[in-house]
Amino acid sequence: MEHYPLFYTFHFYLFGLVAVASAILFVTRRSPVSAAMWLVSTMFSLAALYVMLDAPFIGVIQVLVYAGAIMVVFLFVIMLLNLGQASEIADVRSQGWRLAAGLVGLALLAEIFALTRSSSVSGLTLAPGTAARAVNDAGAVGMVAGPLFTTYLLPFEITSVLLLAAIVGSVMIGKQRRAADAR
Amino acid sequence: MNFMTPLDLSIPSQLTIALAPDLLLMGGAMILLLWAAWRPEGVRHQRTIGTACIALIALTAVVIGWFIYRNATATQGPIAVDRFRWIADLVLLLATAGTIALSMDYNEREGMMAPEAHVLILLASSGMMLLAAARDLMVVFLGIETMSVATYVLAGMNRRSPRAAESAMKYFLLGAFSTAFLLYGMALVYGATGATNISVIGDRAVQYGLTGSPLLLTGVALMIVGFGFKVAAAPFHMWAPDVYEGAPTPITAYMAAAVKAAAFAAFLRIWYEAFTPVYPSWHNAIWWLAAVTMAVGNIVALRQRDLKRLLAYSSIAHAGYLLVALTVNSAAGSEAFLFYAFVYTIATLGSFAVVVALGEAGERSLNVDDYAGLWTVRPWLAIAMAVFMLALLGFPVFGGAGFFAKWYVLKAALQVPSPHWKLAVVLVLTSVVSAGYYLYVVMVMFMRPRLAGAVVPARSRGLTGFVIAASAVLLIALGFFPERLVRLTRGSAPLSALSVPAASSSVPLPLTRPADR
Repeated sequence: MEHYPLFYTFHFYLFGLVAVASAILFVTRRSPVSAAMWLVSTMFSLAALYVMLDAPFIGVIQVLVYAGAIMVVFLFVIMLLNLGQASEIADVRSQGWRLAAGLVGLALLAEIFALTRSSSVSGLTLAPGTAARAVNDAGAVGMVAGPLFTTYLLPFEITSVLLLAAIVGSVMIGKQRRAADAR
Repeated sequence: MNFMTPLDLSIPSQLTIALAPDLLLMGGAMILLLWAAWRPEGVRHQRTIGTACIALIALTAVVIGWFIYRNATATQGPIAVDRFRWIADLVLLLATAGTIALSMDYNEREGMMAPEAHVLILLASSGMMLLAAARDLMVVFLGIETMSVATYVLAGMNRRSPRAAESAMKYFLLGAFSTAFLLYGMALVYGATGATNISVIGDRAVQYGLTGSPLLLTGVALMIVGFGFKVAAAPFHMWAPDVYEGAPTPITAYMAAAVKAAAFAAFLRIWYEAFTPVYPSWHNAIWWLAAVTMAVGNIVALRQRDLKRLLAYSSIAHAGYLLVALTVNSAAGSEAFLFYAFVYTIATLGSFAVVVALGEAGERSLNVDDYAGLWTVRPWLAIAMAVFMLALLGFPVFGGAGFFAKWYVLKAALQVPSPHWKLAVVLVLTSVVSAGYYLYVVMVMFMRPRLAGAVVPARSRGLTGFVIAASAVLLIALGFFPERLVRLTRGSAPLSALSVPAASSSVPLPLTRPADR
């Protein structure tokens, strides 16, 4: 167990607690809009944790994509469906489902504890500070972009086919309804 | 091109050659997509696009045939270049071509105007071909997602049918749920071994003594759950009957035949190549999965009277038989798997084609009772359906190659050093149970009188008729010459060189081991 400076430890607990508290508030709010806002707060805290893990690029992307783009779309959907008031949506989650979800959550928590206690193999672990050095050498973006466009170019390109299939699919469903209505 | 030396997949140009069939299908699909959107919608345009799609599939199959003929091999990389991939590709392309042919007739009858649906089927198939080829967990995941996303939409293609919407929604939610399991499992496996390439995972598991690592084993367990959902193995099969019932029938055929075969191909390759070192840990889990799936699928199918639901449970049962081939973990097991997948795909496609032919507009007349006395009004259709039912049952001679498919799986299960006697007994017993519903359909068609007031089904349209006839003839022909297909599948096992209980069959194992990434 290496020693972390107090500054680091303080911020880890600060953002960690904010993330957990916001996540709990997120699942317990009845109004969709405030739930969405707490989710934004969770996303921001996670972004801070990524930065502390020497992954500033991932942190920035987290803010841009999740806290920014996706949450804005989310709020648009809530507004378009007019779900602003809590009274308008019936809570479909019954007591049994909540219990089951809680049990799954506990199981996952227990799993994480069990896994952190299992020792990692020495040959497969990186020396501490490897990530920080790599960020210094290649730059925060280069460290992600390098492997993405060399080693993992094939999966990257397949992703574009996946997105194409998703776009064609959504257009097809949206477009066909008009054709059917016109009939 | 010279294939005497293996393709070096770390060189981009050679990787491109190895991906030629996939790239051809994807590129062709994109051009067809533009063409589909270019012209105003119309019945003729839809038919033209469908025909072009089938032509593209034929072209891809020719390219694959050329790769088989030249016996291409490759060094270990993100994708595999081996017989297993090519044969699985041919199975998938056959199912895709059949599905597009059926949808061309079906969409016209149901008044659905969506030429891009045919192209979406092609995109799903390119995801499937990646699954058959994938040797990297990332490619597996992206292949599964490409396939699934397209299929979710296809299931809900008919916007006027509330049942189709329910089917698509259920399929989407449970598909996303199962993908989460799969992805979590993959992440844990990556965490344990530090690799996504499946042969590197296998190597490292041995090299670093990870066979007892809780991280790796939890990952394997979660991946079993994920794949269990994807191939509809009990107890993860609950979604299948509802989804299969609500989706348009050609798409149901596609889900039961191609989607299942593709998911199984990736399932088998990962378990054979990456997880052979931890075989003792997962053997029992897959053993029980196979046994429970065979039992549940066949027993529940006995109570079904809706033909689409009946075939859905039948496809669950067949997932169990295919899991037996996976449990065996030998070269013979993988060869039996390919043979079985080939025969099962043709028989499933054929039987759903009959359902398409007999279902009138709006998907009525799908009850088994509507088939009563079919022999008296549409004798050829009745004979073809009987062939498909008997093939799925595994009946000798009249069921064509269906008998040999089950026979080879049984043989593979019993030929390994520690024979799986109990599993073989379960397989035989549940097959006997399955006679209860397969033969019931045959009996109803041939021996019951036609219901009073039942309309005589219209003559099946050209393409549907062709799919039915071709499937039946192919099944019977393979029943007389099974060795043709056996020769094609021989030496196709994607076995890891570290493999434990390999059977007698001579398999050219990869001689080069991958350099660590």
